[in-house]
Amino acid sequence: MTELNNENVLQVLNETFGEAILHPETQYGMLSVEIPADRNTEIVGCLKDHKDISMGFLTDVCAVHYPEQKGRELAVVYHLHSWTKNFRMRIKCFLPAEKPEITTMTGLYNSANWMERETFDFYGVQFTGHPDLRRILNMDEMDYHPLLKQYALEDETRDDKDDSFFGR
Amino acid sequence: MSQLDTNYKDIFVSTETIDGEIATLNLGPTHPATHGVFQNVMKVDGERIISSEPTIGYIHRAFEKLAERRPYNQITPITDRLNYCSSPINNMGWHMTVEKLAGIEVPKKVDYMRVIIMELARIADHLVCNSVIGVDTGALTGFTYIFQEREKIYEMYEEVCGARLTTNIGRIGGLEREFSPVFMEKLKKFLKEFPAKFQEFDNLLTRNRIFMDRVIKAGPISAEKAMSYGFTGPNLRAAGVDYDVRVMNPYSSYEDFDFIIPVGQDGDTYDRFIVRQEEIRQSLGIIQQAIDGMPEGKHYADVPSFYLPPKEEVYRSMEALIYHFKIIMGETPIPVGEVYHAVEGANGELGYYLISDGGRTPYRLHFRRPCFIYYQAYPEMVKGAMLSDAILTMSSMNVIAGELDA
Repeated sequence: MTELNNENVLQVLNETFGEAILHPETQYGMLSVEIPADRNTEIVGCLKDHKDISMGFLTDVCAVHYPEQKGRELAVVYHLHSWTKNFRMRIKCFLPAEKPEITTMTGLYNSANWMERETFDFYGVQFTGHPDLRRILNMDEMDYHPLLKQYALEDETRDDKDDSFFGR
Repeated sequence: MSQLDTNYKDIFVSTETIDGEIATLNLGPTHPATHGVFQNVMKVDGERIISSEPTIGYIHRAFEKLAERRPYNQITPITDRLNYCSSPINNMGWHMTVEKLAGIEVPKKVDYMRVIIMELARIADHLVCNSVIGVDTGALTGFTYIFQEREKIYEMYEEVCGARLTTNIGRIGGLEREFSPVFMEKLKKFLKEFPAKFQEFDNLLTRNRIFMDRVIKAGPISAEKAMSYGFTGPNLRAAGVDYDVRVMNPYSSYEDFDFIIPVGQDGDTYDRFIVRQEEIRQSLGIIQQAIDGMPEGKHYADVPSFYLPPKEEVYRSMEALIYHFKIIMGETPIPVGEVYHAVEGANGELGYYLISDGGRTPYRLHFRRPCFIYYQAYPEMVKGAMLSDAILTMSSMNVIAGELDA
């Protein structure tokens, strides 16, 4: 493979992992696939070590909360980048809100350490095997994960602001 | 000889022989040498650092949560406050992300105008960082002189958007107005006079024996480590990897410009300094090319539902008034989708991961903040180093508190 594109990377993924590659889609030029949460390190590790793909750089880790999707409320999103082939892709893992557990990526990329701490801090995702899973930006005493959708931005007891006219 | 507490969690503990007593030193959060709100609890043996544990989040302002309630055009002022040494790059990066999501094609002229502003911002940011490296080595002179030049860049921002530090420059779909003749005059004057002043600054430090002895081999990092720790920007290039978003994934017509990516070798403070110095020169070249090749056309795209109409039109025409109202109230329809857009910020790859559900605000917006990701390598970089080298390492990494804590 001289040049990587969304089609041939997806083909490699399908050939190697078959059933595990779910919902492949391309949005704004970037390939995005969903993988089972319990196989994240296996699949990403394989992409990292694959001689043609070599996803050597973990660009970003973050989570998204979809409260209406029962059983798969939390998505952990990884953005990977292969610098040698200049190819970017996105990998998503969905987790249930009552047991948001996923294996840490710190064994593959050192940069995952703080990014996973941030994700834990804001969404409560438990990264199993993480060397130091503590809050990072919020104070340690905080007893909730503030970016979850059930926490309103503003104090709900306020009645001096009526936003209903503006579709909010 | 004392033993380290075995319960101590830090994985970067230096296990070499310790002859003195271990003291705990609390560096920061508000220490004059840390240039921002950073705290490091260090274990030191005399002046040698055994371990360091950064605590961050002192100025966390919940930008990602705020962004989930703000219409797209109201998020630009939030991005100002990420890397406030080069806010225009953040602003433009955000505008380009929304343009990508909404499928807006901006005229070539907008791209070139943005490139000029972004490169000015890069110069301003690098000037701050490099002159502060000088200050931390005890060379205050260069700093005081070069800040006069940064002031000129801020005056140019003022001419374009009226603000200096938190610029909120440009809009989704273009820039708010043409470059004024005063701006062009100031820019040309700057391009003519700055290189000599910059050379003077360069002469003060770059081949200065005292400065070189001080910064060479201070806080080095290898290319593999830098890549694993998520380094991007000048810090990565100082370690010898020629990754630059402007070249790898060109945005805003960067493919039209001819410039080189300077790379270092050892990834130490001196290399980071030199890489930034050279990037300033390259940025000047890019600005000159953008002025010379400035295409004809309008300074905004023809997207009335995103780009505010001229104010006098709002008072006169019904259509302009409607669009004005819709944009200000955030009632513009936007496609459903997910987009990741990255720009080369002054200290690394600044990414925006935006999920839209078609509503008036983003469903989720995540900022990939370069210094948040690479600052985690700091304990490893300073392990075993002298305390004064740790100060230098931090200032040469260009960690900006606003971006670190979002």
